[in-house]
Amino acid sequence: MPDSPSEEGHATSYDLAVIGAGAAGLAGAVAADRLGLRVALLDSSGEVGGQFYRHPAPALGAVRPEALHHDWKAFAGLRRGLADSGVLHLAGHHVWTVAQDGELWAAHAVTGADGDGERPVCVRARTVLFATGASERHLPFPGWTLPGVVGAGGAQAMLKSGLALPGRRIVVAGSGPLLPAVAVSLAAAGARVPAVVEASGYLGYARSPAALAANPRKLAEAAAYGTALLRHRIPLRTRSAVTEVHGRDRVEGVTVCRVDRDWRPLPHTADRIACDALAVGHGLVPQIELATGIGCATRRTRDGAHALVLDAFQETSVRGLWAAGETGGVGGAPLARVEGELAGIAVAARVRGREALVRGSHARALRRRRDRMRAFATAMARAHAPGPGWTAWLDDATDVCRCEEVTAGTVREAVRDYGARDARSVKLLTRAGMGWCQGRICGAAVACLASPTGQEGGGQPALPPSPERRPLAVPVTLAALAALPPPNDRSHPSGHTPQKGPS
Amino acid sequence: MPTRSSSDLIVVGAGVVGAACAHYAARRGLDITVVDRGPVAGGTTGAGEGNLLVSDKEPGPELRLALLSGRLWRELSDVLPARVEYEAKGGLVVASGETGLTALRAFAHRQARAGVTAEEVAGERLHDLEPHLAPGLAGGYHYPQDAQVQPALAAAHLLRAAGTRVRLRLGEEVVGVLTRTDGTVRGVRTPAGELHAPHVVNAAGTWGGAFARVAGVALPVQPRRGFVLVTEPLPRVVRRKVYAADYVADVASGSAALQTSPVVEGTPAGPVLIGASRERVGFDRTLSTEVLRRLAQGAARLFPVLARVRVLRTYAGFRPYLPDHLPAVGADPRAPGLLHACGHEGAGIGLAPATGAVIAALVAGDEPPLDAADMHAFRPERFHGTP
Repeated sequence: MPDSPSEEGHATSYDLAVIGAGAAGLAGAVAADRLGLRVALLDSSGEVGGQFYRHPAPALGAVRPEALHHDWKAFAGLRRGLADSGVLHLAGHHVWTVAQDGELWAAHAVTGADGDGERPVCVRARTVLFATGASERHLPFPGWTLPGVVGAGGAQAMLKSGLALPGRRIVVAGSGPLLPAVAVSLAAAGARVPAVVEASGYLGYARSPAALAANPRKLAEAAAYGTALLRHRIPLRTRSAVTEVHGRDRVEGVTVCRVDRDWRPLPHTADRIACDALAVGHGLVPQIELATGIGCATRRTRDGAHALVLDAFQETSVRGLWAAGETGGVGGAPLARVEGELAGIAVAARVRGREALVRGSHARALRRRRDRMRAFATAMARAHAPGPGWTAWLDDATDVCRCEEVTAGTVREAVRDYGARDARSVKLLTRAGMGWCQGRICGAAVACLASPTGQEGGGQPALPPSPERRPLAVPVTLAALAALPPPNDRSHPSGHTPQKGPS
Repeated sequence: MPTRSSSDLIVVGAGVVGAACAHYAARRGLDITVVDRGPVAGGTTGAGEGNLLVSDKEPGPELRLALLSGRLWRELSDVLPARVEYEAKGGLVVASGETGLTALRAFAHRQARAGVTAEEVAGERLHDLEPHLAPGLAGGYHYPQDAQVQPALAAAHLLRAAGTRVRLRLGEEVVGVLTRTDGTVRGVRTPAGELHAPHVVNAAGTWGGAFARVAGVALPVQPRRGFVLVTEPLPRVVRRKVYAADYVADVASGSAALQTSPVVEGTPAGPVLIGASRERVGFDRTLSTEVLRRLAQGAARLFPVLARVRVLRTYAGFRPYLPDHLPAVGADPRAPGLLHACGHEGAGIGLAPATGAVIAALVAGDEPPLDAADMHAFRPERFHGTP
C-alpha cells in the first residue's frame, strides 16, 4: 500500500477517489482495487477505521484495542486488504470540497492534524465514493454547555482512542441504540453508570416487525446489551429524558423527567440523579456536505436528518459520484461494509465497462444483505426519531448556539418578531451557526426552533426542509486557496500523480 | 371597508428594498402588506455584505440615488437599533501602479463635481488609514461617505420600526396578479387566497423578472452571481472597506464571463468579508474553486497578513442584473397600479432607502424625491421591445 504519490508516473488521474477510511470507504477502496482500478483513499485521520473502528494510536501501547469492538475481526480483514492493495492511502487529508474538473472530479484537501498544514492537495479521479460517515446529533437543554457534558459518541471515542473516562459517575442519556453500548463500555472501563435514560420506548421497533424478523443478529445484539446492563447493575429508564443539568463549574447532577410520545416532559415526574458527567447522544446524522456541495440529491430520513439519494448500486443522483455507509442513512458498520464493497464493484463495472460485474451472484448477494440491513436501519431511525416536544426542555436563557452564545429566547424572538423562518434566516438575524462549528452542532436544533411548526413544540415534527449548504467542509487558509491550480493546469505540483498511464 | 386582506399597498418581496418601501409607505400613513415566499432577507439581501457605497459609482442617476440613500441611511441609523450595525466607516480605493492611480484620480475628480467627497491619499500615507495594507501601492482615494450595515438585520428592523401598519405574510408565494377589466391592478393571489390593494410593488429582487411575468409585463432581470468568503473572527485588521481600483470597471462591465477584483472589509462581529466576483451563470450555487482562488489571491495581495487566516464559510448570492446596470424604480404604465423596485444589482442595500422613499411618494400621489430625468432613467418599461 503506497502512502505517498509516485514521482515517476505520467498519468493525471485515478479511477476512483474514496473519501473517508471508515468501514464503507475501506471496503469500497479494497473492492475497487481488487478489480484493477487505481484508487486513492483520502481520510482526515492519521489512522484508518473512521469513527466506529477508532483505536488507540500505536504509541499508546494498548494491548487489546479490540476489547472495545465487537466487530474487530471484520475491520482487521479490511485493514489487511488495504495493506495488500495498491490503494494510495492519504492519511491526514481533510477534503474541503469536490469540484467538477472537465471530465474528472477534483477532491481538494488540506493536510495536517487540524487541516492547518501548508500544502493544498488536489486528487483528480474519474469517479468519487463519498464514505464520509456521520456525526452526532446535538439537542440543547439547560446546562448542556457545562464541563462534564460530553457526546455519547464522543465518550466512546475517548475510550477507544485515549482510554480516558469523562467522569466517575456518568449518566448516559438521549436516544438510540448507541446508549446501552456506551453505558456498558463506560462501566467496563470502571465508571459507575447510575442510569441509561432513553427518550423513546423500545416498543417503537414493534411497528416494523418484518425488519426485525429479517435481522435476528440485531435482536441478539440488543439482548446481549440488555444482559450486560443487568450485569453492571445499570438501570434503563425508557420514555425519559435528561431535561436539565445542574452544577456550578461542572456537572453535579441531572434532572430526569418522564416524557410523552412526543418527548414533552410529563408534570410531577422530575427526579434528580447525582453524577459528575453526562454522556448524551440523540443519534447520528449523515455527514454529506461534500456531496450536497456538488449537487447530489438528498432525502429526508425517518428521524428527520438528510441522507443522500442512492440507486440500487449506491450511485448518487450525480453520475460518477457514489456513496456508501452512513451518508445514505445511518445504519452502522456492518451495513457500511456491504455498501462500500457494492459501490466498489459498481464503480469498477462502470470504469472498466464490465456491466457483468454488477449482475454477478456476489453483487446480488451484497444487494440482498444491504436491503435487509437498510430495512432495519429505517426501523431504528423511526423508533428513535426526536419527538417535536423536545423544544419544551429549553428555557429562553439556554444557549442554543454555543460558539456565538445565542440563546433559545433570541432564536424564538427572531422567528416571532423579525421574520425568520428557517436556520439560514435565524443565522442572519442572530449569528446562531456563524461560529467556528458553522452550525454543525446547533444547526438541527436551530432549524427545529425556526420552523413555523416548531415554535413551542407544537404540531408535526419540526424538520429542516433541506440540508444547510456548507460549501467548505473544513476551514481553509487564504494561502491554500490562493495556491489552487488555475484552470486547465494539470501539472501543478500540488496534484498527486498515480503510477499507471491515463485511461 | 378595509378587511384583513386589503391594504393600501402590497409589497412583493421581504428583502431590504421591499422592507424600505414598506417602511417609508408606513411613515406616510399607508397600510402595507408585505408578501414573501420565504423569510425576511431570504434572497439576495441575506447574501449581501451590506455596502452603502458612493465610491464605485459613475456620476449619473445611480450616483444621485446613492447620495440620497446615504443621507437617508444616516438618518435611519438614529431611528433603528444599534443591532443593525450601521458603520460610517468610509471606503478606501487603492491603485497598485501609476497608470491605475491616474485613472482613479480622473474618476474621483468627476465624482467630486457630482457631490462625492473623495480625498487623495499618497502611497506612503495609506498605512495611516490601513496599517496592514501591502507595501508599495501607488496611492488611493478615501471616500468618507461609504458606510456599511448588516443587511438582514437592517431589513428586519426597517419592517419592525414601521409598526402595526405593516403586515407580514411570509412563506406565501404570489402566484397571480388580480386586475380589473381595464387592466388596472387590484391585488395579488397567493395559495392562501386573495389580497387586495390598489398598488402592488415588485420588490422581488433577482426574481423580479419572474414576478413581472406573473403580472403580465416583461422586465429582463438576470442573476449575476457573486461569492463572498468569510474568515474566522479577527481583531480589527481591516478598518474600512478596501478595494482595488479595477473593481469599478468590473461593476460597470456587461460581460457574462467571470470577473474578480478584491474587496476586503472587517465586520463588528470580527470576521473579514472578501469579495467580489461577478459572472452570469444562472442560479447555480455550485462552488467555483476558480473564484475562490482569485478572491484569495487578490485579498492576500492587498492584505498579506490575511494569507494565514482561515476561511470558515463561503456563499453565493445572485445580484439582480439589468442590462444597463440601473434599477427599475417607478410606476409601470403597461399595468396601472403596478410599480417596480428591483434590479439594483450589487447595490440594493445601499440604494434601498431612496428607492423606498420614491415608491412611497408615488403611491401617496406625491412628487418623488428625485428629478424627472433620473426617474426617466429608472423607468421600468425602458427595455420594452428589446429582446
